[in-house]
Amino acid sequence: MTYFKKAALAVATGAVLAAGTAQAETVTIATVNNGDMVRMQGLTDDFTSQNPDIELEWVTLEENALRQKVTTDIATKGGQFDVMTIGTYEVPIWASQGWLVALDDLGDDYDVDDLLPAIRGGLSVDGSLYAAPFYGESSMVMYRTDLMEAAGMEMPDAPTWEFIGEAARAMTDRDNEIYGVCLRGKAGWGENMAFLTAMSNSFGARWFDEDWNAQFDSPEWAETLNFYVDLMNDAGPPGASSNGFNENLTLFQNGQCGMWIDATVAASFVTNPNDSKVADSVGFALAPDNGLGKRSNWLWAWSLAVPAGTQQEEAAKKFVAWATSKAYLELVAENEGWANVPPGTRTSLYENPEYQKVPFAAMTLDSINEADPTNPTVQPVPYVGVQFVAIPEFQGIATATGQQFSAALAGQTSVEDALANAQALTVREMDKAGYPK
Amino acid sequence: MARAVTLNRRLFNTGLAWTLGLLIFFPILWTILTSFKTEAEAIALQPALFDFEWTLANYQEVNSRSNYPRFFMNSVIIALGSTLLGLLIAVPAAWAMAFVPSKRTRGILMWMLSTKMLPPVGVLVPIYLLFRDSGLLDSRIGLVFVLMMVNLPIIVWMLFTYFREIPGEILEAARMDGASMKSEILYVLTPMALPGIASTMLLNVILAWNEAFWTLVLTTTKAAPLTQFIASYSSPEGLFYAKLSAASTMAIAPVLILGWFSQKQLVRGLTFGAVK
Amino acid sequence: MSTTHTRNAARTMMSPAVILLLAWMLVPLAMTLWFSFQNYSLLSPGNESWAGFNNYKYFLTDPAFSEALVNTLLLVGGVLCITVIGGTLLALLLDQPMFGQGIVRLLVIAPFFVMPTVSALVWKNMFMNPTNGLFAFFAKSLGVTPIDWLGHHPLLSIILMVSWAWLPFATLILLTALQSLDSEQIEAAEMDGASSISRFFHIVVPHLARAATVVILIQTIFLLSIYAEIFVTTGGGPGNASTNIPWLVYRQSLLSYDVGVGSAGGIVAVILANIVAIFLMRMVGKNLDL
Repeated sequence: MTYFKKAALAVATGAVLAAGTAQAETVTIATVNNGDMVRMQGLTDDFTSQNPDIELEWVTLEENALRQKVTTDIATKGGQFDVMTIGTYEVPIWASQGWLVALDDLGDDYDVDDLLPAIRGGLSVDGSLYAAPFYGESSMVMYRTDLMEAAGMEMPDAPTWEFIGEAARAMTDRDNEIYGVCLRGKAGWGENMAFLTAMSNSFGARWFDEDWNAQFDSPEWAETLNFYVDLMNDAGPPGASSNGFNENLTLFQNGQCGMWIDATVAASFVTNPNDSKVADSVGFALAPDNGLGKRSNWLWAWSLAVPAGTQQEEAAKKFVAWATSKAYLELVAENEGWANVPPGTRTSLYENPEYQKVPFAAMTLDSINEADPTNPTVQPVPYVGVQFVAIPEFQGIATATGQQFSAALAGQTSVEDALANAQALTVREMDKAGYPK
Repeated sequence: MARAVTLNRRLFNTGLAWTLGLLIFFPILWTILTSFKTEAEAIALQPALFDFEWTLANYQEVNSRSNYPRFFMNSVIIALGSTLLGLLIAVPAAWAMAFVPSKRTRGILMWMLSTKMLPPVGVLVPIYLLFRDSGLLDSRIGLVFVLMMVNLPIIVWMLFTYFREIPGEILEAARMDGASMKSEILYVLTPMALPGIASTMLLNVILAWNEAFWTLVLTTTKAAPLTQFIASYSSPEGLFYAKLSAASTMAIAPVLILGWFSQKQLVRGLTFGAVK
Repeated sequence: MSTTHTRNAARTMMSPAVILLLAWMLVPLAMTLWFSFQNYSLLSPGNESWAGFNNYKYFLTDPAFSEALVNTLLLVGGVLCITVIGGTLLALLLDQPMFGQGIVRLLVIAPFFVMPTVSALVWKNMFMNPTNGLFAFFAKSLGVTPIDWLGHHPLLSIILMVSWAWLPFATLILLTALQSLDSEQIEAAEMDGASSISRFFHIVVPHLARAATVVILIQTIFLLSIYAEIFVTTGGGPGNASTNIPWLVYRQSLLSYDVGVGSAGGIVAVILANIVAIFLMRMVGKNLDL
């Protein structure tokens, strides 16, 4: 081992020498290839002209690939990144491991109190902010006003699941490839499980009871999953078990979905005439409920965090402050219009009269305010998180249960079997992890 | 093959072979065509084969979004570097196995091949930790080394089978003339072995170019090759078929062209001893 | 007349390759073996402890394990069948006189040069997608309901994608072998009045057996560790319908970040790969007279 280390060290030293003196300040940013981040990449000239001594390097990856890469890197202290794009799920876990730099001093004009309280709360541990929100989202119903009218129905601002089911079946026109409702079906804790967990909240279900016992054998979960599978079979697009956020977005933009219940951030894409064929006939409503006091909308914020141990802490913080500042919102508005500003992070944005003209602004804010991560379910639970359970084991468990539910949607297994399998595997994983802790 | 064949038969063969060939090639052709469409046309309910508004917008978009030349150069350096380094180590080994065989030769060869059957995910964490400790993460040198190791068994095997076809008597004759081992390798063996080496080199460049596990796990920016470039277009928000097609075309074109131009050289050595 | 001198020289020439491969194999393997007996989760570092055989027990009793084992064999076997049979037929056809043979050959080998991630992305989005894919378009033009490839036939879809990528390799090797076939031998058989079918089975097939062995050997090595195609398309599902052993290991180590169980899975995969290897090497030894 020592021998290997020495040899490797020699090789590495050679590599460093060969590479010559590197740039003093290069900030490597890992980010998701979502529209808002890609836009930010295009606007970085603004940052580099203000900070000529800082050079930015981008690693833009698809969500799952990115998550793996940054998690492996931060857990093994690989030190490959100076800024990481992570979500509301990672922040509390990573911050309590001491993996993230606290962002208490982002500059005088940052105005941290302007951040939406729900979002800020989700990104703080013990009162310190550990990641700055780049955009925040909840989920809501996006629907086609023209198809709704043709079906002779009217969408209320706060629909129930019963109404959604009825409307979806009425709007479906398979001959013309129009499907009443598009919902996530692709397996993954951030894909179908995010949707289904949020949905189950409105049906009164929960992941665990107060003693960390898995609850997939509860009647509430059976009701949730049956409703979902029946609805998708009657009114969903074919191949729904492979559809995640992006696939459904494509379908909706292509005019093939009557309704789509998904991230509020999608609103700006479906109303953008450059990308969407249905841009001028989209309406919005709150995510549905079942009269139990909880709606089925989630809360998420893609946020920028600085890993502890980075060599470029100051430069990284500067970048984070720039990308999540009020000035950045104005910069986007100037270049791309108010509708394309990253939504859901700052109170001042929603107070801005210009932004209030954007058709989905109010509904986005209402949806975000409607979600309560600390009190997500009808019955009490020991965990935090609306569409996730903020424990390290959740990703693995939810991805496996997501596969079971995806199989139920594809018709490969029955709903009962899928739930029984999900229950068994969750119990197994939780036992292994040593719960209840 | 100077047998007489009727024209009808020849026409039938031609028709069948062209149909199958085009079918096999079609996914690539379709990708290339789609890369010149607008996003709306790429997903149109009535897809058009050639009859659409040709545009370069996707290429412009991809180019402005990613630093393609850097990804490309990294791919070239990593593929060539790992291949040359691999040859440097494999040629002597394969030579020794082919011309000075011992009882253990076969066992060693088989063992070498069996190391390639280990699933890379199984050793991911150890390799990642070793790379971190030696500062090799996101370095071209590190990747060159890993890909060289990954493909070394194939190179040794391929060279060995090729060398073995070279008649030993020629070497004997050279030795009788008093040639040293060095000049034996340089002047007698190398010219005869060149086609095999060229073919091995080509195959290895292709394999290294397309390797998509280690290249994704061990690089971020400085050493990131085209596999990483593709990963950033894999499913972004919104309509993306056309942009994905443009990025795909840019990622596969270099090696496709290389492969097509060197097809003859590639095929000549690609027998792995299958032909006696 | 290999003297001690040449033998020593030969040993020296082989040693870099052997030593490097040995190190490449043993160092990570030893570490993996060590981790496989540890409770070691990437997400809660500092809590490592001795786990005994718990990780192995856990991996082997995973309900997905037996399914993954079967899927791995189906995947390898399916692709081998398609490529060897398809490759033989294609090679026979390409060996016939025709116009534009060179171009056809270029068309046929093209898939071999395509990155697995690219090919999986293209197949998934532009062909197999049941609403916007090209297959769906053809199905709809014919008035048939489009097949939901990845949802209803996930393993078959992956087998098809991988076969497409490996068919050229098989075809090329088999074609080269076919072209080396002694034409006098065939002509002699023709004179004897042997039918073309019996000529095929008595002369061509035995001649190709050797080439087919090589194809099977090389492809198996690559097919046993298929991962990129699954990552891009099905993620191992729905359920576990397209989970193979490498993917299961992957799921443990990079989706659950459980290095202990992942390492145990890695060791199990190594053992399984070695069983396949022994089996293969037997076959190769018989057919390749090394």
